[in-house]
Amino acid sequence: MSSQPSFLQIIDVYKAYNGKVILDNIDFQVSRGEFCTVVGPSGCGKSTLLRLIVGAEIPTAGRVLLEQQSVGPPDIHRGIVFQKYSLFPHLTVLDNVSLGLRLGGRPGSKEMSGKEIQEEATAMLEKIRLAEHGNKYPHELSGGMQQRVAIGQSLIMKPKILVMDEPFGALDPDTREDMQLFLMELWEQEKMTVFFVTHDLAEAAFLGTRIIVLSQFYTDDRGNGGQVNRGAKITADYQLPDTVSSTAVKQSKEFTELIDCIRREGFDPDFLQHAHEFNLKHPDSFQTLTREESGRD
Amino acid sequence: MGIHARPGKVFSILLAVLPFALLLIVYLGASEIRHRDNPADKLLPKISQMTAAVKHMAFEKNRRTGSYLMLNDTLASMKRLLIGTGLAALTALLLGLNIGLFPGVNAALNPFVTFISMIPPLSVLPILFISFGVDEAAKIVLIFLGIFPLITRDIRLAVYKLPREQLTKAATLGASQFQLAYRIILPQIMPRLIEAVRLSLGSAWLFLIAAEAIAASSGLGYRIFLVRRYLAMDVILPYVLWITFLGFVMDWLLRHIMRCFYPWYAASGGTK
Repeated sequence: MSSQPSFLQIIDVYKAYNGKVILDNIDFQVSRGEFCTVVGPSGCGKSTLLRLIVGAEIPTAGRVLLEQQSVGPPDIHRGIVFQKYSLFPHLTVLDNVSLGLRLGGRPGSKEMSGKEIQEEATAMLEKIRLAEHGNKYPHELSGGMQQRVAIGQSLIMKPKILVMDEPFGALDPDTREDMQLFLMELWEQEKMTVFFVTHDLAEAAFLGTRIIVLSQFYTDDRGNGGQVNRGAKITADYQLPDTVSSTAVKQSKEFTELIDCIRREGFDPDFLQHAHEFNLKHPDSFQTLTREESGRD
Repeated sequence: MGIHARPGKVFSILLAVLPFALLLIVYLGASEIRHRDNPADKLLPKISQMTAAVKHMAFEKNRRTGSYLMLNDTLASMKRLLIGTGLAALTALLLGLNIGLFPGVNAALNPFVTFISMIPPLSVLPILFISFGVDEAAKIVLIFLGIFPLITRDIRLAVYKLPREQLTKAATLGASQFQLAYRIILPQIMPRLIEAVRLSLGSAWLFLIAAEAIAASSGLGYRIFLVRRYLAMDVILPYVLWITFLGFVMDWLLRHIMRCFYPWYAASGGTK
């Protein structure tokens, strides 16, 4: 654990539904400006982790801190983009993008006039390359365009962190790749912190400056019987080169090797690493096992 | 005629007209037969008798009151219907929205609304006449009581069905709870309200006519039940057709409001 308190901290977080543990003692932190992707097998609790960060759910135990402040219910400091339902169907594209400014504006900024709001929303439409679609309704746009609106809608509020839940999961492969490049560009321009959940390993490795693997396939000193109520843990945490500009990298040897390695570590139900052996070399990674988990005092 | 049939435009219209034409033919035939037996038959009046009755009711000033009876009846009934339905829609919108959105309001009011909705409205009509008198109020309240619970429950369901993601998203855009309810949710359920009102109009007419039949001095329902005493089918039948027509026009209007003001609704999952 680095000495500098980090931007986003998840400390000893548990989440259980009706007694069934989903997230099991999760620890990690994220630095400002990081593009942090989270992968894991389906049902491992990726989206639950994301909802804890955005505040849509509260942890059963543990703390989620953003700039040393415990996070509360969803607020203006944390933007979100879902796979679907991010847009308001009754508003035009322009109104969807300007909604946050019209509702109450950015925190700490002076009140904006209608004209200023209009101008800023139009500028955002250009940034997300939808300038000529401002007067359309969301249902008139393609899936990729809808997600660009959803991103613009969040970005206009300049959130401290942008949280994304499988945002490109419903798109066809070509659109998906376009959107990945689009998001990379935006991320570089805006210097934003992104927390990005996906089940697509290639996507996670391509986009992220860091990739966190969340998995329920591991073992520890609590034993292996059915009585052990074990949830998912972070089983691997990689730092990635953050200067990727072309999708050609997806064909490179290192890239495919990394993906194969992650697939084995995180997605193979028969490959059970002990909690001590997790690959947590990322400088922002840390692990605080309980006595029962580690078998040590 | 199987499930793969795709009737053309003209053929579709022909098919639609067919049952009406059949009904008309059967009626005319039966009327003709009865009149052949008894020229003074009142049960199945001839078209000419009905037009004469309409002419008398609609286009001649009544000698006693100096007004056009059918116009008077229509205005009286429409006033009650529109006020009753309007109040019901407004109440149901606010109730349904808050019950659907806020768990506390849901806990406090949902069982109550469900209870009210189980009361057969006509069974409380005597209470209404006793407590509100036989004037306008009792009739309006009957329509209101008759249709607001159903619309409330429909609106509540519509709010429930909104994706939870929207609530989260709205909060991350800085929406207060008040803004969430009235600027984000309310406009989205307006089309659903219109749909629910469209479906409730039939019941609203039922309650209106029932109330008018029992105690009123004007109104379409009042007239039908008044002239029933003289077996005046030549008035009753045109009145029934007129009421049907009014209902049709209101439905058509609401459908068009929907299409003009909520173009996104049909496309994002609502009915056309």
